[in-house]
Amino acid sequence: MAVATIEPGSVADPGSATGSQAAISIDHASVTFGEHADTVVALSDITIDFETGDLVTILGPSGCGKSTLLRLVADLVPSSQGSVAVFGQSPDVARRAREFAFVFQDATLLPWRSALDNVRLPLEVGGGGRIEQHAAPEELLALVGLEGRENALPHELSGGMRQRVSIARALVCKPKILLMDEPFGALDEITRDKLNVELLRIWRDTGTTILFVTHSIPEAAFLGRKTLVLSANPGRVLSYFDVDLPNDRHLAMRDSLEFVNVTGHLRDLLEQAS
Amino acid sequence: MSVTGAGTAQQSPIDAAKAEAQARSAARAARWRDRLPAIAAAIGLVVLWQLIIVVFGVRQFIAPSPLDVIKVFGTKGDVLLGNFWPTLMEAFAGFVVGNVVAVLLAIWFVHSRLAEKAFYPIAVFINTIPIIAVAPILVLLLGNGFAPKIVIASLICFFPTLVNMVRGLKSVSPQMVELMRVLSASKREVLFKVRLQSSLPYLFAALKIASTTCVIGAIVGEWIGSNYGLGALIIEATYNFRSPLLYATVFLGAGLAVTFFTLTTLAERWLLKWRPANAI
Repeated sequence: MAVATIEPGSVADPGSATGSQAAISIDHASVTFGEHADTVVALSDITIDFETGDLVTILGPSGCGKSTLLRLVADLVPSSQGSVAVFGQSPDVARRAREFAFVFQDATLLPWRSALDNVRLPLEVGGGGRIEQHAAPEELLALVGLEGRENALPHELSGGMRQRVSIARALVCKPKILLMDEPFGALDEITRDKLNVELLRIWRDTGTTILFVTHSIPEAAFLGRKTLVLSANPGRVLSYFDVDLPNDRHLAMRDSLEFVNVTGHLRDLLEQAS
Repeated sequence: MSVTGAGTAQQSPIDAAKAEAQARSAARAARWRDRLPAIAAAIGLVVLWQLIIVVFGVRQFIAPSPLDVIKVFGTKGDVLLGNFWPTLMEAFAGFVVGNVVAVLLAIWFVHSRLAEKAFYPIAVFINTIPIIAVAPILVLLLGNGFAPKIVIASLICFFPTLVNMVRGLKSVSPQMVELMRVLSASKREVLFKVRLQSSLPYLFAALKIASTTCVIGAIVGEWIGSNYGLGALIIEATYNFRSPLLYATVFLGAGLAVTFFTLTTLAERWLLKWRPANAI
């Protein structure tokens, strides 16, 4: 198979995307929790491909299984039916190869470790020491704007700074995929805006494929090259489309008419979804 | 302090050292001011005790005056000290043994549901047996030496540490567990990189209890069939109506417990520097 590699950060052009390799392909996958009478279907018959280098935002009403979808890809929950492939491998193999990294809503830092040592954690466990192509933790902290705070303990940092550390930690093994589960959901709006812009910059600089779960419509529209909308009970794909906005995103564009059109469309979809 | 923006260049090292010393002595003075009410209250109570003894003419074998007790420390210092060391040794050994066993068991319980199900109820049962009732059994089993006292002291330390350590090791957030799984970390790595440090605040809560109860354990052990140690001295002094010696022994035991407690607190402060002051 001829593999057309996409230059990082080019494109959300629907035409050119067709030739690229799928980073993640999910084939008729379902996830159920519990047994017998208490069975809850979290995801039902999901079939979707996420392309290499894309930034996909995932939106949906609460309980639609957005987080479960990320956890399915990350090998944190098993599929009860269907299959998931990460670069053609099972999620389990991809996890061991550090193909992806996960960013949680909470920064999930070890409170006794400095910012720098928290970024180093992935290199110390699970065979991370063998990875030769890792990034320099100091440079990553600088990349997320924390130069000079390398030795600060988590409790000495603000919520936004802690989340920056956790993003740096996710990037240390140079993952091809970044799975982000409402990473800015607990932050105030000003910090959130800032981190949105910085995430776009990091995405452009690193070319990482990003799946970004959010419950904020403006955030989904602003970040996403594509947006996946899930419907609830059970979680199904309602819509998966290219966000019709210029590639060069900046905060001021959120007041533009085209942006409002996108968020309006998303709001309509969400109403159908719940 | 003499640190101003323009003046720093000319400031000699001696001046800087002086300023630092001044700041330090100011901080020390503030700390003493904080402690003053407690110190004053303690002195007041001792004076009140002396007054009551004198005013009501209480006889010495019923209750000694504080001055009598202080005098005993001088006249019977060698007896007190000779009985102090064995108790210190037993309490410390009991503290170490009891807590080490509790921590190892807790680690085992956290990794094996079966072990927890099998042995946790037994640990609870052992804890419900009054320690004073176990003491004679242990003396029969282990004889008259150090062994039964150390075992009693360790038994008394064991349970709070086991319970807290199990809770502490399990106190890791579900997200942290997921993170370690995404990183493909082994159980061993999770234990050493995450669980042990997370459990430290819980462990120290238990160690502070254990640091005083281990002294109680050692003294209780010495009450039963022993001719040395603070416990034996308490019994002997009581039977001979040597109440100043009795009181002095009790104070010595209390002093030992306070010392253990202080050392534990200092160790906690040193090991848990990463904790914000207002956390749990």
